[in-house]
Amino acid sequence: MQIKLWINDKEYIDDVLPDTLLLDFLRSKGQLSVKRGCETSNCGLCTVILESKPILSCSFLAVRANGLHVTTMEGLQEEAAEFGNFLADEGAEQCGFCSPGFIMNVLSMVKELNNPTEDEIKKYLEGNLCRCTGYMGQLRAVRKFLLLKNNREVSHEVC
Amino acid sequence: MFTIDKYIVAESLEQAFELNKNRRNTIIGGMLWLKMGRKRIGTAIDLSALGLNSIVEDEDSFRIGCMCTLREIETHEGLNNYFGGSLTKSVENIVGVQMRNLATIGGSIYSRFGFSDILTALLVLDTYVELFSGGVVSLEKYLGMPLDNDILVSIIIKKDKRKISYSSYRLSATDFPVLTCAVSKKGNKWFTAHGARPMKASLNIFELSSSPDSDEINKIISNIKDRTIFGTNMRASSEYRKILAGVLTKRGIEAILNGGNYAD
Amino acid sequence: MKFVNKGVRKKDSIALVTGKPVYTDDVTQGCNLVVKLLRSPHSHAIINEINTEKAKKVPGIECILTYEDVPKSRFTTAGQTYPEPSPYDRLILDKRLRCVGDPVAIVAGLDEKSVDKALGLIKVKYEVLEALLDYRTAIDNKIIVHPEDDFKTLCDVGADNKRNICSSDAMEVGDVEKDFKNCAHIIEETYTTKANNQSMMETFRTQTSIDTYGRLTVITSTQVPFHVRRILSNALQIPKSKIRVIKPRIGGGFGAKQTIVSEIFPAIVTWKTGKPAKMVYSRKESFTNGSPRHEAEMKIRLGADENGIIKAIHMFSLWNAGAYGDHGPTTVGLSGHKAMTIYNAASYKFENEVVYSNTMGAGAFRGYGATQGFFALESAVNELAAKLNMDPTVLRMNNMLTQKNVGKIMPTYYNEELKSCTLDKCMLKAKEMINWDEKFPSKDIGNDKVRSVGCAVAMQGSGISSCDVGAVEIRLNDEGFYTLLIGATDMGTGCDTILAQIAADCLDTDYDNIVVHGVDTDLSPYDTGSYASSTTYITGMAVVKTCEVLRDKILSEGARLLGCKPEDAEFDGKQVVCAGTGKTISLAEIGYASYVGTNAYLTATRSHFSPTSPPPFMAGLVEIELDKLTGKIDIIDYVGVVDCGTVINPNLARIQAEGGIVQGMGMTLYEDVKYDENGRMLNDSFMQYKIPSRMDVGKIRVDFESSYEPTGPFGAKSIGELVINTPAPAIANAVYNATNINMRSLPITGEKILTKMINNGQN
Repeated sequence: MQIKLWINDKEYIDDVLPDTLLLDFLRSKGQLSVKRGCETSNCGLCTVILESKPILSCSFLAVRANGLHVTTMEGLQEEAAEFGNFLADEGAEQCGFCSPGFIMNVLSMVKELNNPTEDEIKKYLEGNLCRCTGYMGQLRAVRKFLLLKNNREVSHEVC
Repeated sequence: MFTIDKYIVAESLEQAFELNKNRRNTIIGGMLWLKMGRKRIGTAIDLSALGLNSIVEDEDSFRIGCMCTLREIETHEGLNNYFGGSLTKSVENIVGVQMRNLATIGGSIYSRFGFSDILTALLVLDTYVELFSGGVVSLEKYLGMPLDNDILVSIIIKKDKRKISYSSYRLSATDFPVLTCAVSKKGNKWFTAHGARPMKASLNIFELSSSPDSDEINKIISNIKDRTIFGTNMRASSEYRKILAGVLTKRGIEAILNGGNYAD
Repeated sequence: MKFVNKGVRKKDSIALVTGKPVYTDDVTQGCNLVVKLLRSPHSHAIINEINTEKAKKVPGIECILTYEDVPKSRFTTAGQTYPEPSPYDRLILDKRLRCVGDPVAIVAGLDEKSVDKALGLIKVKYEVLEALLDYRTAIDNKIIVHPEDDFKTLCDVGADNKRNICSSDAMEVGDVEKDFKNCAHIIEETYTTKANNQSMMETFRTQTSIDTYGRLTVITSTQVPFHVRRILSNALQIPKSKIRVIKPRIGGGFGAKQTIVSEIFPAIVTWKTGKPAKMVYSRKESFTNGSPRHEAEMKIRLGADENGIIKAIHMFSLWNAGAYGDHGPTTVGLSGHKAMTIYNAASYKFENEVVYSNTMGAGAFRGYGATQGFFALESAVNELAAKLNMDPTVLRMNNMLTQKNVGKIMPTYYNEELKSCTLDKCMLKAKEMINWDEKFPSKDIGNDKVRSVGCAVAMQGSGISSCDVGAVEIRLNDEGFYTLLIGATDMGTGCDTILAQIAADCLDTDYDNIVVHGVDTDLSPYDTGSYASSTTYITGMAVVKTCEVLRDKILSEGARLLGCKPEDAEFDGKQVVCAGTGKTISLAEIGYASYVGTNAYLTATRSHFSPTSPPPFMAGLVEIELDKLTGKIDIIDYVGVVDCGTVINPNLARIQAEGGIVQGMGMTLYEDVKYDENGRMLNDSFMQYKIPSRMDVGKIRVDFESSYEPTGPFGAKSIGELVINTPAPAIANAVYNATNINMRSLPITGEKILTKMINNGQN
């Protein structure tokens, strides 16, 4: 059936089967940052932003995105790199296969939570599995990133 | 993997209800569980255009539309102020934020999952289910009804000033629970529910004196443990679940008696 | 050292964190046949009849292969140096099925829907056989997993397929029976560990095609590209010269991809049809037919004198190979050779048996058998300490390898000499970091909770001594930048980066001046691959040697261009200076000159192997909180202090350690490959097989106590595998310190702890 949606603000009109998952649809449109890590909605690798919320694209029908805006990491290159720099400085991207999904959720968290505590950070990111890093490096990167962001906001206020 | 031949965004509940009469057709909520099965769906019926995705609070109740996500319940200020954060506690361990942004309350309650956290919590509150055809029935009664083709429209929780405490035991933080336990108190009347037994949650109602001592509490807990059926699965044995039920219930009762709204 | 010992960013980091399409499935988009397998529903069966006629008629289906269509010679899929110690016990498709999920037919078609449809239309008549599911009853069982007469082993590993024995071995140093007679204390216990799944985030996947020259090109997510080339040649019975293997970025391996899991099926489809093909394992397939850690039962006898000085260690390891023997003979060896070596006993005895059964074939998983061995031996040592009423850290300080043992010949470690060790410093630092003396053994914190600490030590190797080889080539390009060609496989671990750091310092150049080219077997110098914790140590040394040669060449060419003798010139990394004349020529100019009208194209290549495999060491201390009413364990704090020699990249080493510790925690607390009574895996998804989430791991702190390993590049040893070995015994020890209960079987669940407490009348 025909759907119209926006991927990274670009309009797409396409025919899709009713049971095509958003993940497969996005990859077929060249959004190759979106990865599949499981079939059971447990790993967070396929995280994209639907309207303003992070969701699992493996668990969402492409037809349900009709009329909606989907954002993948291809559309957030600058933001991804900004946080990604902190991840890289910890060596905490490791194999990198979970990084796009993880970073998409970090960017969602930063928008949704104001100055989150360590517990809130962990809780928000709990659905993003990583088998390489043991999570500590990711946490260090998130904390340093938030510190930078907060300082920037404070200095804006001062200005 | 499931298959879908046709997908329809319902324009009215009547239309959805008529379509849903056909056994090959299915209402899709968050679709998380459905997707993992091998069901061959004729028409997938989507209720998302019917405005059923809001939580409305009035003087005596909360009405939660069936398409509300678990994440919306988790972060809803009114709900959590009123129930002391225990509804947050009952959903926050479910996989992750991205999953909870998709999973719907309608899907969770309609399916009456044996592992459901939220079902356990709602069961000790004065909760009702609004069905399109069957009208409003209490959640407890709904649990006993067979799965049918009716449509779950909303969940209604009455504000009756209960205190509630929620806890679960898990092998790892985001796993299915080994046991869920909710306790609530209205006057001297107490309600406990145990889910993930691994069957669907069951309710017990009893009374305690206004300042019960340990003996009184232990007696009632031992009574509940005897009355409740626990099963064995990959995660735990029935014997262990029974022990956990005792420990979690006692901690829940104590948390409420100690003035807190929920246990840690 | 400008770059060695610095936490420089990984070469590929920005591509990875911005989601660039760099993995196997990303770089092979386009028209590929979709390849899937019809898998056996039975754990033991014979295919009596298989009919593919109807399935072949499904529109879009290109190829369906059964056991009749594949070569009849057996091989192993274990990625090991030839001749492999793993038995040649499998065919691409076999008439006999040995575990649930064993391949029955290969189906290839234009799209997934047609392939799925065809899979459902293949008619198979199975003769279902009784299955051997309890490996402890395997030897001389009436059920034989490999009755075939063409079963063979290339090395003498003590196999006897008619008795279900994949391998067996025994060794003794000194006389343990004599020493046990003089021991005041003997611990004699049995310990068990379960099969675990590596759960790398990228499942197995491979794309194959035929190139312009009629050769098979294989793009695959592997740790062992050169072994893939050989194994495919072996399996498909085609010349090695016809195969090219390319490794893009890898989404994790942890040993799983040291076995050839997904490669063969698309390869044979492409070879038969001439068409490009791709196979992507589902998560479920990665669980049910991957290459998990061997399930093990280990019996330990440990004897000590009245002062707690260990005199004799006797260890027996029984290993479940499952249906196929990949990595069986070698992993079991590590359980004894690595674990026992860490203690200075007078005598040692190690016996082992690896047996076949009808569960899925096991393989390599980080730690490679040492992990199981250390759980058993370290647990026994903790039990000895308890029996002696001694602090287990003190008992270890009196018995384990320390700085004082440098120069010692290690009899259980192939008589290699210990050349570097700071394990004692690791232990002391770890104790200080976790505040051991104050926290040991436990503290009741009220609310039915108790906090306790536990400890363990471990070692591993660095490469496989006198066996595995790493080679690199370094070229000087025009403008003076270098290309470092490596055959070692970066699977996220960062070896592209680490080898470039080493090269930069050896060539006195900037890290960014080194371009690294990952693996393509047509172009890259030979490397056995990234396993056995070998890359930094083995391939790193190849980089050092290659740089020495290249420097000499640059110097000679610079001197020639300047018209002076090489012995009168110097090269400082930027320019060659002629001492007599003071004339200089820059590296860039030498680079340009070497590509114009000359035969002096400057390149060097060296390979390296090592006669020794120097052990890195680690002390792991943990603090847990235990709920006395439910038995539940929460990890509060984990401290790991590591001696990996010189730390080439502290950031990457720290992440390796943190990640290994968390994998170890999962293995300890809940990761457990479970089967039903028919041999079907029960928990074949991330929904049912839980790996730790970030909510489960408490706080982890890692530090280093560097030794200097004289045989390693800049003094480095390995780190990759070592770090998974301490959590299981350390956590078990903490449980003991909280409850006086010894948990001797993994995983350690709240239910098991509570049940024992109740049986002891403690609850």
